Amino acid sequence: MSHDAKLAYMANQIGKFFAHQPADQAVDSIADHLLKFWDPRMRRAIVVHIEQSGEAGLDPRVLKAIEKVRAHDRQKTAVVAR
Amino acid sequence: MELIKETDYGTPAAKSDKTVTLTIDGFGVTVPEGTSIMRAAMTLGVQVPKLCATDSLAAFGSCRLCLVEIEGRAGTPASCTTPVAAGMVVTTQNDRLARLRRNVMELYISDHPLDCLTCSANGNCELQDMAGAVGLREVRYGYAGENHLAAAKDESNPYFTFDPAKCIVCSRCVRACEEVQGTFALTVDGRGFESTIAAGMAESFLDSECVSCGACVQACPTATLMEKSLIEAGQPEHSVVTTCAYCGVGCSFKAEMRGGEVIRMVPYKDGKANHGHSCVKGRFAWGYATHRDRILKPMVREKITDPWREVSWEEALGRVASEFKRIQATYGRGSIGGITSSRCTNEETYLVQKLVRGVFGNNNVDTCARVCHSPTGYGLKTTLGTSAGTQDFDSVEEADVMLVIGANPTDAHPVFASQMKRRLRAGARLIVIDPRRTDLVRSPHIKTDYHLPLRPGTNVAMLNALAHVIVTEGLVNRDFVRERGDARSFAEWEHFVAKAENAPEAVASVTGVPAETVHAAARLYATGGKAAIYYGLGVTEHSQGTTAVMGMANLAMATGNIGRRGVGVNPLRGQNNVQGSCDMGSFPHELPGYRHISDGATRALFEAAWGVHLESEPGLRIPNMFDAAVDGTFKGLYVQGEDIVQSDPDTKHVTSGLAAMECIVVQDLFLNETANFAHVFLPGSTFLEKDGTFTNAERRIGRVRKVMPPKAGMADWEITLAIAQAMGVPMHYDHPSEIMDEIARLTPTFTGVSFKKLDEVGSLQWPCNAKAPAGTPIMHVGGFVRGKGNFVVTEYVPTDEKVGPRFPLLLTTGRILSQYNVGAQTRRTDNVVWHEEDRLEIHPHDAEERGVRDGDWVRLASRSGETTLRAKITERVAPGVVYTTFHHPDTQANVVTTDFSDWATNCPEYKVTAVQISPSNGPTEWQESYRDMAEKSRRIDVKVPATAAE
Ligand code: SF4
Ligand code: SF4
Ligand code: SF4
Ligand code: FES
Repeated sequence: MSHDAKLAYMANQIGKFFAHQPADQAVDSIADHLLKFWDPRMRRAIVVHIEQSGEAGLDPRVLKAIEKVRAHDRQKTAVVAR
Repeated sequence: MELIKETDYGTPAAKSDKTVTLTIDGFGVTVPEGTSIMRAAMTLGVQVPKLCATDSLAAFGSCRLCLVEIEGRAGTPASCTTPVAAGMVVTTQNDRLARLRRNVMELYISDHPLDCLTCSANGNCELQDMAGAVGLREVRYGYAGENHLAAAKDESNPYFTFDPAKCIVCSRCVRACEEVQGTFALTVDGRGFESTIAAGMAESFLDSECVSCGACVQACPTATLMEKSLIEAGQPEHSVVTTCAYCGVGCSFKAEMRGGEVIRMVPYKDGKANHGHSCVKGRFAWGYATHRDRILKPMVREKITDPWREVSWEEALGRVASEFKRIQATYGRGSIGGITSSRCTNEETYLVQKLVRGVFGNNNVDTCARVCHSPTGYGLKTTLGTSAGTQDFDSVEEADVMLVIGANPTDAHPVFASQMKRRLRAGARLIVIDPRRTDLVRSPHIKTDYHLPLRPGTNVAMLNALAHVIVTEGLVNRDFVRERGDARSFAEWEHFVAKAENAPEAVASVTGVPAETVHAAARLYATGGKAAIYYGLGVTEHSQGTTAVMGMANLAMATGNIGRRGVGVNPLRGQNNVQGSCDMGSFPHELPGYRHISDGATRALFEAAWGVHLESEPGLRIPNMFDAAVDGTFKGLYVQGEDIVQSDPDTKHVTSGLAAMECIVVQDLFLNETANFAHVFLPGSTFLEKDGTFTNAERRIGRVRKVMPPKAGMADWEITLAIAQAMGVPMHYDHPSEIMDEIARLTPTFTGVSFKKLDEVGSLQWPCNAKAPAGTPIMHVGGFVRGKGNFVVTEYVPTDEKVGPRFPLLLTTGRILSQYNVGAQTRRTDNVVWHEEDRLEIHPHDAEERGVRDGDWVRLASRSGETTLRAKITERVAPGVVYTTFHHPDTQANVVTTDFSDWATNCPEYKVTAVQISPSNGPTEWQESYRDMAEKSRRIDVKVPATAAE
């Protein structure tokens, strides 16, 4: 598995664990997990991966969660830059 | 320093709350009901002569040396087998008793060699002591009669000898093997004068089922069973109490010394984890500490293809600092990191994470727990609130039912396994969930009620099925759940597990276990009294490892089996200090005490104490480090005492990551496999060479005490300090106790811990603080640490590592008793007589289909890679499943394991790999090229003779 494919695979794995939760809650749980346990470079890599190859086989909720993570990271970078 | 000699009370302590008062030799004494007269006398300091009694064994009453007189009773009863009674008046010494005892001794001595002066037990022989104690002055029978003096010695065991000529047939060894160890390897053969001690079916010790635990050697009052190291070196003159550095049981030992040389390691009776018992590793396998392979000089090289060059500490440390700084300047602050060792002390792992966070300025720190028990941390914290097991070991003594999942305690946690077996022999019931028929399933005098040999990778389906039965058959402990559980999460969970898809009937095709067995096991767990779960890496090392841990916590909460003695959810930890290294903040997302790095208040606390700024984002976990290395964003690594190349999955991926890095610093005892990829080697120290603490699987913090100076000049904690210093950020500690003081100041669960307190009380179980000054043997009493118990829905998601036509078998991996993990230590001891190589266990049916015979070389191939090893045909594994260990670098079992991992923690899925087996006639190309590479990589130029303590 390429590194990008592996990240996508891992993100989907997380998604599956929270699959039983209602959609909004699941998106929050997945995003929370990524923020708590993934090094920022892994989060950046998966964002870039999606930018380059579309949905990249990611579960829709996982995609939404990554979107949230991206927003969070952007805001944080902005705060740090300020 | 002196030689510690624990008092032998002759018989075990009685466990009654009621007391009895009696008079012995004119002195009054009050003892618990059920105490023997012998023990009561000893509490007064009156030593009744004895031979067949010792306080680790039930009284037997065979030698008749311990006779006493009791007022109002006829005869002279044995004091070891006679319990005290209220008002009893006992005499332990008078002319009549003395005469009787002398007669007994005379008989013993008439059949015993009189070579006391040259005997290895000279100075420490109970027979000698008793001859003295009873005043034996002559042996009227002479020595001409029939005797056993010419009997041949058995020297087959590498660590101890059996010299039957010196045996007095007191049967202490036989009883120790039964009662203490639970192996039943010894018997008394014959009767009366003819009786002798025999191992197995009159085999040699080595050929018998003896597991070399040493219990018999310790129990033997004569030189009959004696350590070879002691025979060679003579009696020790001082001893130091310390903690075993092998497994998570954390046994206490006395290192018995002569000068700076270890003569033997003897399990310490006051050790709270082992109560005087041991296994072959801790007891005997310490010879690696002085093995000639040990590297005692720092070494450096430019490229990993160069030979090593021995250098001064200064040069080596200077290289580490300049390289790490250069890499950070070129690739960024996050391009380096460190790995703490679960083999090192708490103080040492704490320092490594402090170095990474405080000096490297990032959170790229991880530990080998990543690849074993990281799911335990996540799973138990989410459900119960603490990343640790719930019980002390002794709690098992009250368990009515044991549910053992994915653990093989007789091999991996032998001393605790003996304790479990003792309880099982006393009637506790047993459920084993394991693909393999482990020794626990078939142990002498133990009956497994249910063995559920599930297919590897289906733990979660199985746990859900058990939960389904409990919920649908009305076996939930409603009162407990109402009072202690979170109502909303319980309702969700209950609804989930009750679904038909979780019924044992529905999952039988997945797990391979008949539904009725699952029903029966669930009923037993829920209704059989106090039920305790014990689990190991067979639970955690899966893509759903964390889910399974939560599944077990759910079961325990739903049945009320948590928060008191005899119950609980208990991880059996692999390495000696896995618990400790996790506690000490070795994970990239957590500061010491399991506080998330994003938590500003905790960060502020550490920032103030360390005088640095801390990064608030989590760092890379070990598998992520390899990925980042391949990607080019991770370039420098400090590895303290861990062999990631051999122990981590998918070796080819690991090695390509390491090969892409620019500075790898390995701190270890030996040039391990990871050192093949290193640029700097810093010689580490063994547990005998430093002070510190280890924390065992029951959260017990025990002292590690230095018995000799570090052979390479520095203890591991000093090396980490020197790196910090070289990087320009000195840390100031003169002794590991000061590091613990800092940990205590900064970690709420450790505030009551200090070396001083540990020296006073022996050991402490965290949380140890103002609320629990004496520590906490059992957690979650009266309430969960997180408040209400959180039930978590645990949907079964099958692993993507699937069997198919090309790879039709499932490989699962594990350990055996005599070897330890990557074997770096045990392979350098005589333990190799029990395990020279890794073997592949395969079911006769699968072997026959492939034309494989026992002992044949076979090729073991998976989607990741292939290796060769020899086959062992056995019905221990089910058809379709094969099993091997990973103790030997020649086999490199991890070449075949995949990089699938746990969803939450990235703990690798070691336990499930789809493989194919075929006959083979030799090593694979990979094995050969790896061996070549390793050999080249280990070349050392300019080898100057090593001096101790440079
Ligand atoms: S070997 Fe030692 S312990 Fe065993 S019966 Fe003989 S003297 Fe007693
Ligand atoms: S070493 Fe242990 S297993 Fe072996 S005979 Fe002695 S007590 Fe039994
Ligand atoms: S059980 Fe574990 S801690 Fe105890 S002696 Fe054996 S290896 Fe050491
Ligand atoms: S010590 Fe009591 S009979 Fe042997």
